[in-house]
Amino acid sequence: MFIQQIFNGIMLGSTYALIAIAFTILMGILNMLNFAIGEIFMLGAIYGLTFVNLGLPFYLAVPLAMVCTGITCLIVERFSFRPLRNAPPLVPLVSTIGFSILFQNTAVNFFGSERSQFPQWIEPVNLYIGPVLISSTQIITLSLAVLLMVALDLFIQRTRLGRGMRSVAESLDTASILGVDSNLIILMTFFFSGALAGAAGIIFGISFSIVSPFMGMEPGIKGIAAMIVGGMGNLRGAIVGGMFIGIIEVLSVAYFGSSARDFAVYGLLFLALLIRPQGILGVLQPERERI
Amino acid sequence: MLSSYQLDLLSNLGINILLALSVYCPMATGQLSIGNAGFMALGGYTSAILTVHLHFPLFPALITGGIVAGIIGVLVGFPALRLKGIFLAMATLAFGEIVRNFFMNFLKPLTGGAYGFRGIGDTPISIIWIWGWVLFFLLFFFFLSRSRTGLAMLAIHDDETVSELIGIHSVLLKVGAFGTGAFIAGVGGGLYAHYYLYIEPEFFNVWESIHMVLYVIMGGMLTFWGAVLGASIFTLVPEFTRILQDWRGAFFGVVIIGLMILRPSGIVTRDMLRMDFWRPHRKETES
Repeated sequence: MFIQQIFNGIMLGSTYALIAIAFTILMGILNMLNFAIGEIFMLGAIYGLTFVNLGLPFYLAVPLAMVCTGITCLIVERFSFRPLRNAPPLVPLVSTIGFSILFQNTAVNFFGSERSQFPQWIEPVNLYIGPVLISSTQIITLSLAVLLMVALDLFIQRTRLGRGMRSVAESLDTASILGVDSNLIILMTFFFSGALAGAAGIIFGISFSIVSPFMGMEPGIKGIAAMIVGGMGNLRGAIVGGMFIGIIEVLSVAYFGSSARDFAVYGLLFLALLIRPQGILGVLQPERERI
Repeated sequence: MLSSYQLDLLSNLGINILLALSVYCPMATGQLSIGNAGFMALGGYTSAILTVHLHFPLFPALITGGIVAGIIGVLVGFPALRLKGIFLAMATLAFGEIVRNFFMNFLKPLTGGAYGFRGIGDTPISIIWIWGWVLFFLLFFFFLSRSRTGLAMLAIHDDETVSELIGIHSVLLKVGAFGTGAFIAGVGGGLYAHYYLYIEPEFFNVWESIHMVLYVIMGGMLTFWGAVLGASIFTLVPEFTRILQDWRGAFFGVVIIGLMILRPSGIVTRDMLRMDFWRPHRKETES
């Protein structure tokens, strides 16, 4: 029972972790809190569902939706980041709040405010691994999430462009002087951020059978919470933070009822901020090493 | 004579101005709070419990609601001193959600929990109550902005380290501003509960807090007139854009994005108020 709950927590946590990474790479590299990521997450699920309903198979619909959310995030960059680079950090934040209002209302107008869900695309098979019950859908969504996280981590740590991203995180000006194409890096960061948020939306939509224009707000805030708990601007911390919040949420529902859920998560966030503002992993991570 | 629609709109405007001022007050010392819906809920529920279950008259109930919110604001404000910028915003956001969940799950016999608080209505209020409070707080901020305390707050907003160096007690002022903001939000919540005669926890969600912040940032976060203007614009403009029908919300989002590009520090800026014709000319005798 307990191990099953932990596993369910990891399932939920993998979604939060992806959202937290979407927040984290923008925060760590460009020092920007993009509030619209919650709604881009929602758009990911809606794009994905639209493509599936148009008859595309899942293995095409998912990457296509990720590209679309990546491009959506580039629109946010164009209006909320580029013109406001020299403004105080609050201004881009408010501008992205404007985008989340815009996205949510546009989605309601095109999609309708009702809930729908992804059609079933594979035969649901339930497997027992030890005491844990796992469905085939869960295996696929979880491995997709893990694949994306590992790919991004490798990209940032191992490739030339990834090194560019890390150098921009240190100092945008210095990186530009040393010949890093900082504009390309910024666009790439926004694209990755949007694509990951979109992937998280599709995974969430498939795992919990909900697609609606209002699905973005709560996971968005929990993604920010996961980012903070894991130490701001730290990719691996965001993964741990996401899993942590997912597990806390599932366990509090399982043992104290559904009303305890938000108490546990927000109480944890509140305490984490007051006691350890640098996050759980903040201390383990050297000060300079962001992302 | 005003129609009931206009009266409703004006009451709504008055409450929104109070809520905007409640966010402006901590922001004047550089603290961003996205949890003021929580203080509003505390004030609203406290005053409603007092008038409905303990048969308090309205005025003491409103004040008590404000004070309860204010005390909790000070209690939150102290640990929040350690946090800056986005961290503080997230901590206050978490606080607001904790309060909302509290009223969702506890005190159910008194407040009805998620089903909403019905039966407020022994003491309904008119628009004069609301605007009386608005006037009171406007005068308060008007005199505050002309006082030494107001200047000290401005100094903390601009540069906390330097203002501490010149002897400004920043802890006192920041916690005080946070608590005062919570008090105003609490009074606003009480007025809201007794004007609409119904409240439920869902009213006090994150979006409510975000709207309050938007009023202030859109209007201009450096003077209290900005908060008033922001609240007025965002209460009245949606009423005048009814032609857009379903696209009103999207339009609202576009307005925010556009305004941030055109006027990143809000509509009313400090420079704009520098042509201060209503102020007596400053004497240059102080050396």
